[in-house]
Amino acid sequence: MQSNTNNIEFNSETLALVNRIILRYPQGKQKSAILPVLHIAQAENNGWLSAETMDYVASLLDIQPIEVYEVASFYSMFNLQPVGNCMIEVCQTGPCWLKGSEEILAHFEKRLGIKPGETTADGKYSLKAVECLAACGNAPVIQVGTEYHEKITIEKADELLDKWQAENKCSHTNPYL
Amino acid sequence: MAKQILLNNIDIPGLASYEVYRKLGGYSSVEKTLKNFTPDEVTAEVKKSGLRGRGGAGFPAGMKWGFIDKSTDNPRYFVCNFDESEPGTFKDRHIGQLNPHQLIEGMILGSYALGARTSYIYIRGELFYVLRIIEKAIDEAYRNGFLGENILGSGYSLDLHCHPGAGAYICGEETALIESLEGKRGNPRIKPPFPAIVGLYNCPTVVNNVETIANLPWIMNNGADAYAAIGIGNSKGTKLISACGHINKPGIYEIELGLPVEEFIYSDEYCGGILNGKKLKAVVAGGSSVPVLPAELILRTANGEPRLMSYESLSDGGFQSGTMLGSGGFIVMDETACIVKNLLTFSRFYHHESCGQCSPCREGTGWIEKILHRIESGKGSMKDIDLLTDIAKHIEGNTICPLGDAAAWPVASAIRHFREEFEDHIKLQRCPLSK
Repeated sequence: MQSNTNNIEFNSETLALVNRIILRYPQGKQKSAILPVLHIAQAENNGWLSAETMDYVASLLDIQPIEVYEVASFYSMFNLQPVGNCMIEVCQTGPCWLKGSEEILAHFEKRLGIKPGETTADGKYSLKAVECLAACGNAPVIQVGTEYHEKITIEKADELLDKWQAENKCSHTNPYL
Repeated sequence: MAKQILLNNIDIPGLASYEVYRKLGGYSSVEKTLKNFTPDEVTAEVKKSGLRGRGGAGFPAGMKWGFIDKSTDNPRYFVCNFDESEPGTFKDRHIGQLNPHQLIEGMILGSYALGARTSYIYIRGELFYVLRIIEKAIDEAYRNGFLGENILGSGYSLDLHCHPGAGAYICGEETALIESLEGKRGNPRIKPPFPAIVGLYNCPTVVNNVETIANLPWIMNNGADAYAAIGIGNSKGTKLISACGHINKPGIYEIELGLPVEEFIYSDEYCGGILNGKKLKAVVAGGSSVPVLPAELILRTANGEPRLMSYESLSDGGFQSGTMLGSGGFIVMDETACIVKNLLTFSRFYHHESCGQCSPCREGTGWIEKILHRIESGKGSMKDIDLLTDIAKHIEGNTICPLGDAAAWPVASAIRHFREEFEDHIKLQRCPLSK
């Protein structure tokens, strides 16, 4: 688990990216940049949005913290609690279910020893059951960070887990890079 | 063989790069249009083509453009709806990933017609890897003079940007998308006023689906008449169908509207028949929101006519015996699939995705999920079936946006056509299809 006492601040490169994004919207409408900037902030804060992180985003966009909290709590890609280093999201909606996504989720649960919504004790993995990822032709589908892995089988799930274990996978990377 | 407007070059390596796209004739429609057409003439051409919105509603695209308020000096906005999230639909990702310049070319044409100087592509947050591909293509278009100041010396200037969502199906509804683009929760707005009058930043705005926009270059290159000559009845042109489930060849197919459903399912050119030689049981023809139909009604209408892949034929018979073309998300179920469990996954989806503004949807979707879970796990009672129908009826038509309808229709249709299967779950206290 990550501690939530850190004071987040973007480096100059990330700040330059944020400023480029803000300029995409009309003057005075910088609040429009809230989703892109929250994505970046979440990646920089180990995959979740602490109150401090959201306050920092509010200050960057010159808006009230409450405007950030109410948005962050609406969208399901934002995590308001600490998560593991590698977040595995398994699609469960109809088309994936028809192609065996329940078995895939159960396999991840067994291998990691956690249920959806939980994080392993070593803080390495979180598991999440998610709704349609819009890649149904290659069901079942899972997402890790900004990667999709499609046509998942038990064997493929094992291969991926072994690979992530070996490389100490982190799924929280700046999605723009 | 279907007319190939959208996928004709899709297999060419490097198509996502400007060089390859341009060599294949890409951006020629922009050269032609900015030189020879006024903005209103472009709108007239799109009207005449009969192109309908490909996101699901099927509203005539040119007519939607015609509503835009050009009477004030306010900026106007053109927004691409790339929030593809309707279960069973995965066609827009295909275009964005493999042929981003075709989308950009269409964005330039639409923006020009509407008089937009800044346009946005709103793409679901899960597809950041596609956003990066599109942003690279946008940079190339700027470098080659198709975006930015004074495009091709025409005096017309346009800025185009990508904007990521963050996991909310509701943002595919155009007013929720606009709210989200303004940096707010994705709560749909009450209409009227429609976005064409009061849209993004309270300015006139048109929101169109990726596939709708990707058709524009072909229409401007070949003319409205050529486009309208493809298809059948009021279903003009081609349609991308995302085919998934129990079929031999899942994938994205471009069909000429009017293709018989039976040919689409069984021909080797398309789905290639049912997986493992099993029997066809049911199809959800237009994404999870449309009514499910049993095999006999998806292949033939109630009058015994062959069912065609078109707006009119798929809705023949109304909701009693028909369905909708919707987004073209074609989900096929074989004889082993449990209708109740499949419906439960859809209902969980709508419960999760309800924005919570309207009580019938916020509460009703939760009740539906709960009751379906009870039936599916063998703990239901016979009166639960009518209770589901009753809840669905009370959601339908009673919400600000169509998510409520989308949650209700699959429930009502599953009970209408597969009531016995619900009853069997209750009688046997388990799924009758599990061994």
